[in-house]
Amino acid sequence: MKNNFLVLTLFLISAFGYSQVYEVKGKVIDTKTDFPLPSVNVVVKNSSQSVSTDIDGNFKIINLQEGAIIIFSYIGYKDFQLKVTKNENITIRMSEDINSLEEVIVIGYGSKKKRDVTGSVTVVSTKTIDQIKPIKIEQALQGTVAGVSVATGSGSPGGGFNIRIRGVSTNIDNEPLVIIDGYIGKLELLNPNDVESLTVLKDAQAAIYGTAGGNGVILVTTKMGKKNSKTRVSYNTYTGIQETTRKLDLLNATEYALLLNESYANGGQALPFPNISGLGKGTNWQDEVFNEAPIISHDFTVSGGSDKITYAISASDLYQEGIVGKGKSDFKRNTARLSLGADLSKKMKLQTNIIYTYLDKDALNENGLGSVLFNAINTPSTIPVYDSNGNYSLVPSSTGFGIEVINPLAQVDNTFNDYKLRKLNGGITLDYDVISHVKLTGRMGFNYANGNGKSFAKQVSYGGKVFDVTRSSVTQNKQNDNDYTFDLFAAYENKFFNNHNVKLTLGTTVYNSFGSFLSGTGYDVPNNSWQNADLSLATGVSLGGARDTFGYEYDFRRLSHFGRLEYDYKGKYLFSAMIRRDVSLRFGPDKRVAYFPSFTSGWVVSEENFFKKDGFINFLKLRGSFGLLGNDLIGDYRYRGSLSGEGTYVFDGTITAGTAVGVLPNPAVKWEADEKVDIGLDMKLFNNKIDITADIYRNTRKDLLIGNIPVSGITGVYAPGSGAPTINAGTVRNQGIEFAINYSDKISKDFSFNIGYNISTVDNEVLEVKNATKYLEGGAFGVSQPVPARMEAGHPIGYFYGFQTDGIFQNQAEIDAHPSQAALGAAQTAPGDIRYKDLNNDGVIDLKDRTNIGDPIANLNMGLNLTFNYKNFDFIAYSYASLGNDMVRNYERTLSNVNKLNYTLGRWTGEGTSNTVPRVTTSATNNNVLSNYFVEDASFLRIQAITLGYTLNQKVSEKIGITKFRLYTTVNNLYTFTKYRGFDPAANDGNPIGGGIDYGFYPTPRTFLMGMNINF
Amino acid sequence: MKKYIIKSFFIVTVLLTVTTSCDDTFIDEAKSYSIDSETYFNSEDEYNRALIAAYDLLQSSYVNVLLGEIASDNTASGGESANDVVGFQQVDDMTHTSSNSNIRDIWNFMFAGVNRANYILEFKDKTDFEGKEQVIAEARFLRAYYHFELVKWFGPIPMKGDARFKLDDEKTIPRSPINDVYASIEADLLYAIENLNPVAAQQGRATKGAAQALLGKAYLYQDKFVDASNVLENLITTGPYSLVTNYNTIFENNGENGLESVFEVQYSDGEGAGFGCLQCSEGNVAVGFNGVRNYVGPVFDSGFSFNVPRQEVVDAFEVGDNRKAVAILDIQAWATANNASFGVGYKHTGYFNRKYLPRQGDQNLGDQNLTNPNNYRSIRYADVLLMAAEAFSRGGIDDVKARTYLNLVRQRAFGDNNHNISASGAALTDFILAERRVELVGEGHRFFDLVRTGRAAQEITGFTSNKNELFPVPFEEIQFSNGNWTQNQGY
Repeated sequence: MKNNFLVLTLFLISAFGYSQVYEVKGKVIDTKTDFPLPSVNVVVKNSSQSVSTDIDGNFKIINLQEGAIIIFSYIGYKDFQLKVTKNENITIRMSEDINSLEEVIVIGYGSKKKRDVTGSVTVVSTKTIDQIKPIKIEQALQGTVAGVSVATGSGSPGGGFNIRIRGVSTNIDNEPLVIIDGYIGKLELLNPNDVESLTVLKDAQAAIYGTAGGNGVILVTTKMGKKNSKTRVSYNTYTGIQETTRKLDLLNATEYALLLNESYANGGQALPFPNISGLGKGTNWQDEVFNEAPIISHDFTVSGGSDKITYAISASDLYQEGIVGKGKSDFKRNTARLSLGADLSKKMKLQTNIIYTYLDKDALNENGLGSVLFNAINTPSTIPVYDSNGNYSLVPSSTGFGIEVINPLAQVDNTFNDYKLRKLNGGITLDYDVISHVKLTGRMGFNYANGNGKSFAKQVSYGGKVFDVTRSSVTQNKQNDNDYTFDLFAAYENKFFNNHNVKLTLGTTVYNSFGSFLSGTGYDVPNNSWQNADLSLATGVSLGGARDTFGYEYDFRRLSHFGRLEYDYKGKYLFSAMIRRDVSLRFGPDKRVAYFPSFTSGWVVSEENFFKKDGFINFLKLRGSFGLLGNDLIGDYRYRGSLSGEGTYVFDGTITAGTAVGVLPNPAVKWEADEKVDIGLDMKLFNNKIDITADIYRNTRKDLLIGNIPVSGITGVYAPGSGAPTINAGTVRNQGIEFAINYSDKISKDFSFNIGYNISTVDNEVLEVKNATKYLEGGAFGVSQPVPARMEAGHPIGYFYGFQTDGIFQNQAEIDAHPSQAALGAAQTAPGDIRYKDLNNDGVIDLKDRTNIGDPIANLNMGLNLTFNYKNFDFIAYSYASLGNDMVRNYERTLSNVNKLNYTLGRWTGEGTSNTVPRVTTSATNNNVLSNYFVEDASFLRIQAITLGYTLNQKVSEKIGITKFRLYTTVNNLYTFTKYRGFDPAANDGNPIGGGIDYGFYPTPRTFLMGMNINF
Repeated sequence: MKKYIIKSFFIVTVLLTVTTSCDDTFIDEAKSYSIDSETYFNSEDEYNRALIAAYDLLQSSYVNVLLGEIASDNTASGGESANDVVGFQQVDDMTHTSSNSNIRDIWNFMFAGVNRANYILEFKDKTDFEGKEQVIAEARFLRAYYHFELVKWFGPIPMKGDARFKLDDEKTIPRSPINDVYASIEADLLYAIENLNPVAAQQGRATKGAAQALLGKAYLYQDKFVDASNVLENLITTGPYSLVTNYNTIFENNGENGLESVFEVQYSDGEGAGFGCLQCSEGNVAVGFNGVRNYVGPVFDSGFSFNVPRQEVVDAFEVGDNRKAVAILDIQAWATANNASFGVGYKHTGYFNRKYLPRQGDQNLGDQNLTNPNNYRSIRYADVLLMAAEAFSRGGIDDVKARTYLNLVRQRAFGDNNHNISASGAALTDFILAERRVELVGEGHRFFDLVRTGRAAQEITGFTSNKNELFPVPFEEIQFSNGNWTQNQGY
């Protein structure tokens, strides 16, 4: 297209023209399909003339001056410009704007053409977002960007996601920085339909964000109206049903009773079920707990613009019930958005955008000992849901049942909570072309959120379980969070000696977040009912002087200055250098200031004279980047000694508050420094049909901020409310390769397709933990068992630390020949018990024989995304896979009388019967300590979305005034291929140390949707 | 061109104004609502508040009591299974090593207490006010209390005088010999005796009598029988304490802080905590751990069935001893009589530590198993009498006084004078020590009594002499010390 324009321009420059008027008419068609494009905006630059094409793509403009420029624009297509030289009847071919090198990419404090970008940057476009139809925008990153992994924290409605860009780099917060239209924001609340694109900065390109950019940066661009476009109304809706993707294979009542009898017999006890006939299958607790749940979404957008004003207004409504607990875990999200752009003068442009979000979410007890799904797994199938009186039956309060295991349906029924959030966020950007080549940008972005939470602890008895509540209470809280980001920067851009392009950006950013939290508890809720659960009615106070109220305030600030110099020679040799100076209130006066330099460079090989443009390679760029970034995501004031400890004692029978030292300070605490190196290439092949991006990277995160680092107890850090200081004491390295290929082609007039595939590897290794023990611990396994996960040099961060099994003892002779396992707890070992390896060869099996038995970090992530268009049909399939991630099976209560997974039917029952699954018994064993028996390979391949759509022929829909009418049906999360036994292999609570331990994750549901898009 | 210059000037001005007005002082704003730990102690109130926090760690000594009992021949570990709180299981079997998170808790919690007391003492000269001696005396009492626990469990420990330990002190400050630790304890308690009120201003505060009793105990642990007998007799003759007539009422809620209470660790059911921070609970965590597993029935609440009395301690009670039914709950007999049900935990003996079982009717806010209000009767007058008797007897000072004090305890136990002891010399000592066991069962003293009288190896299965007298310094601490500290013998 550009060539056409250049030819025309050259032609015009050489021609002399008299003042004369011309008429241009013609037809606009799609280059690929040759279909006419209706409603294309045809405007004359710097004049008020504008028309749009009719249903057959025809247009006509008269009274054109010579040299006038006609701009053709159409959403999703590249603009086309035509310079008027004569009366013309012309066919304009417009092409879709996909993977275009001319596409402009935001890179932070500015933008750049894709061909000129020298960092590792990936864009997820509107089209991808439209195709995936994410309920939450984070899902649009699942499998679409090489090097980005997105794990589900919980599949419950509104549940969170953990985004990791190029692995787990730190023991603290690994979440990337999110910038919405220039200001710091959050992904989780956005309406996906408001998002134009997501741009992921993976390497030193993010260094312009300095200390905040160490975990990578996601730049969100929200949708805006287009200049000179007719008002466009778009309505999208879908409705569907969600269901669980998986139920575990548990024992039915008869199997349970048989196994329990065997267990009691092995323990030398009387049989609990002398007669098992008539037990049948019993209660299937998973069937009782899981239900189908509706989801419904409406989304409405109006956008358009004149030559000076653009606007976009949208509103959305999403309601989702939970597949567990229905309304007890539901989620409602309403959003409203207004985006306005105005050219205030020729030199001054204003862009504003404001989003209102309302959210209402209820939650169940999830992913913990005694959570709803944990109980659905562990409650015996012999117990009916209701007793003979029609009340929820109780899980017996006797040995072997666990004091956390209660009737999950009763638990759901007795769960009462509510959370509402109202949030306003937005920004104003003012661009001012001060003088030629110099543009000044001022920007103010803000978030203002008010959350209200309420939870009611109903007085209830489960018959001696930990969930018994002896006195009803209601707790309410209010949280107010605010922040603003203020940017002011100037950009100077010029070309010297024809070939040297220079752009210099200098600026400053101020960030301030502040807020408060207040909560209170009232006891004795009238009638013990949710209806009365409010502080206004629950007037009881806790006895004994304990505080019923709690609150805090915070104020965090960051001040930054930055500069960036970008240079290129003929668009062939590209270079940029950035430096950012950050001052963060999280560090002491001596350590607040830090400088983050970075460099990126590129060489567009295909621009070289020696490069044959007519070869199969159409474009080739090599690029490299190196930079230093930071991370300051720790609590405030870690450098100051505070009196935030808990020092309460009881005098005269009344709880009396004192004052105690809090977490110990470390005045020397400073930033984490992330050294990022990346070498990559971008290329296009076979007439730009194939697009390849490949990168090799290494990120070394030094001076890790290790909070509560284990230190000697003599310093008093184990006092209530105290804690060990935060010390910069570790190094983690992530390195890997990323490769993404996209193949897009049109086979015939009717058939086109796009295939995208990406693969990335992560090799995570802790290089150093600089405290005396040389490791950090985290996570929990079983009940009162040693801490299961570690961070230690030479291993992946958060690896599982446990025993290595060596089969099952088949007979007493084998036990006698093996070192004693008594130090693990149970003095006696019997045939059928697990044999552990004596790794330190000291002749005894004890805690020192533990080793690395797996880690939750995937070695390989892949995404495969397909789109086919045939005539009016479209078919879309997105999938992603993760290989090499392990998960700890921790949803088994490992007690004699709880229900079990049916793999236990293959247990050891005598010599030679099993070498993997131990015997069942009520007597003491060491079979339930953390060993590789409990670690499973959680590799998976997930079909994330499959969509079949049909778009009504435009000629037909136009007759009723509709430009686009599409019906589709989608299955989200259709199937997951995995060997993992638990609910959801893709789940992870995101803890760097202690993640990947499964208490029965709320699975991401499978969703069947029917939807409709209408544009007019 | 002039226009350009003006505009350039404009840009530069704007940028400079904004960047300088947002200079680094933007970051220097002080935090609202926070007090710096190093600028504290400016008023009497601030001293008092810090003192309350120094008391706080007494509550974490629940683990000392629980584990001290399990370590002895009185109780078995119990719990849900062989892997339930492995640290308890190991101590019960005397197979504990330096990697034992429960023993480590004792080290960590007691040093946290030492540090909170020392925080006050570090700043003791900063602000003057009337009655400061009382505050300092309470702080020194608490330091002595924590030091005494540490020296009992670990032997030599690091000490730093009137200052908090700082990071890296573990690499330079050596473990003071046991004698030096006791010297410090004695000095603190002598000061406390001089300056503490005989009557507590509030229930729960240390008194002169508490300091005397603790000093007597510290002397006794060093076999300083003359010193012990002097201070204890002084307490007996001048102090306000006496035996409660009915032994049973001592351990019930309304028996707390009674006539017999010399020092009592105070707990409340009003504020709980999670398993992640057991030391944070205002309740007595040991009580929930002692509770009958899966118990449903009257009087008691359920618990985790740890610390279950062994048959041999049950058998140690003589016929007619009223204390047996108070100290020991025979769960099968109780269940039959009261139509109650219960679960069978690991190492089930059929008995529970009735003195410290969860009682019904408490609020138990938070986790109900961790928020029991039962105060720990740390030093009872009966204990003082028996310690005095022991000092007089073992020191060969006065068998008559020894017998008198011993028989005071026995007369209450049996409700008559028929069970008085008339023995002398070594036989009398044996009677006194046997009496300590049954009088104080379930209260965490037995293991240390056996060790200090040299009888542990013969009484405790698995006990290794010249090793198990002390518990190992936590493995992590040895590592933190970077060679500064050596491990206790045998570990």
